[in-house]
Amino acid sequence: MPDRREIDIEVMRYNPETDSEPHMQTFRVPFDEDTSVLMGLQYIKDHLDGSLTFRWSCRMAVCGSCGKMVNGVPKLSCKAFLRAYYPGKLRIEPLEHFPIVRDLAVDQTDFLEKLEAVKPWIIRKEEKPLSEGTYLQTPEEMADYQQFSSCINCLLCYSACPQYGLDNAFTGPAALSLLHRYNADSRDEGKSERMPLVNSEEGVWGCTLVGYCSEVCPKQVDPAAAVNRNKVNSTMDYFLRFLTPRGGVDS
Amino acid sequence: MKRMKRSNEPIFWSLFGAGGVVASMVAPALVFITGLALPLGLLAPEALGYERMRALVGSLPGALLLFVVISLTLWHTMHRINHSLHDVGINAGLAGKVVFYGLAFVGTVATAYFLFVARR
Repeated sequence: MPDRREIDIEVMRYNPETDSEPHMQTFRVPFDEDTSVLMGLQYIKDHLDGSLTFRWSCRMAVCGSCGKMVNGVPKLSCKAFLRAYYPGKLRIEPLEHFPIVRDLAVDQTDFLEKLEAVKPWIIRKEEKPLSEGTYLQTPEEMADYQQFSSCINCLLCYSACPQYGLDNAFTGPAALSLLHRYNADSRDEGKSERMPLVNSEEGVWGCTLVGYCSEVCPKQVDPAAAVNRNKVNSTMDYFLRFLTPRGGVDS
Repeated sequence: MKRMKRSNEPIFWSLFGAGGVVASMVAPALVFITGLALPLGLLAPEALGYERMRALVGSLPGALLLFVVISLTLWHTMHRINHSLHDVGINAGLAGKVVFYGLAFVGTVATAYFLFVARR
């Protein structure tokens, strides 16, 4: 027997050209066991209101484009299912702590600048010539950073982070996790270039270890652990700079 | 990228961390001894009697132990309160640091005075 259930989806709408402030609009959407929240939004766009604006791409929790607030919780809309909210209703809002471009699409510029600032690529003091082959790494060395390389930049952790919400000068969970991912990589030699950011108030010290970032992460990255490990690194750097001839990386 | 200013937070975070170890390892035992074992009669009343306490404070290892427990727990508590205020949306900034770390500092100095100076 076909599943004929329907659910109310309340969506935040905002058109900067005509609206002075966002408002909510409710749509009734049919669903079955397999209907994701994203598919619910696509149903609205295809059948009820073609002007509804939201980002999505892969629909399988790989691309990180479709993050939304679902009943106040940051979620990948492709990884959350309508059945889980039935017989209640859904309230879908744009990701918190970011400016709204239109409807559910937010402006990611601030994050993209932070991502660039952590230099998320392998830095070598001197590149090895191709003839010498690849950079080898043991499974143990890979285990040091692999978890943190799973980040898909979906921004759920930024919506979850109260510190970022209070003061967006804070570098934030994902960028700091990716910073750690490269600092912890045995092939990387760029730690000294990244430590000034780690050591600053806008770096790891803006975090008070609320831990909600790790809870909402759809890829089990655990940004809170990355940040806390770098609090240890930053503390070592703070005190050891008086003992090392270099005087630490920041002075 | 603009040059980032180094935070002095590692000083307070180290004290917070050390205080956390004390608060989680030593404080529960102290609470048990003073708050439960003694009132329930699991320990003899003389166990924490005046003479024994006087001897504990009078010995250097005893005084050092008390100093570590009291001062580090204070730093831990004050750091946590300061940051929790920020979590609930009260950004006290420098004033918060001055007030809370100031209290911890005063408490530390007072503890040192009573344990190492006044007892002589």
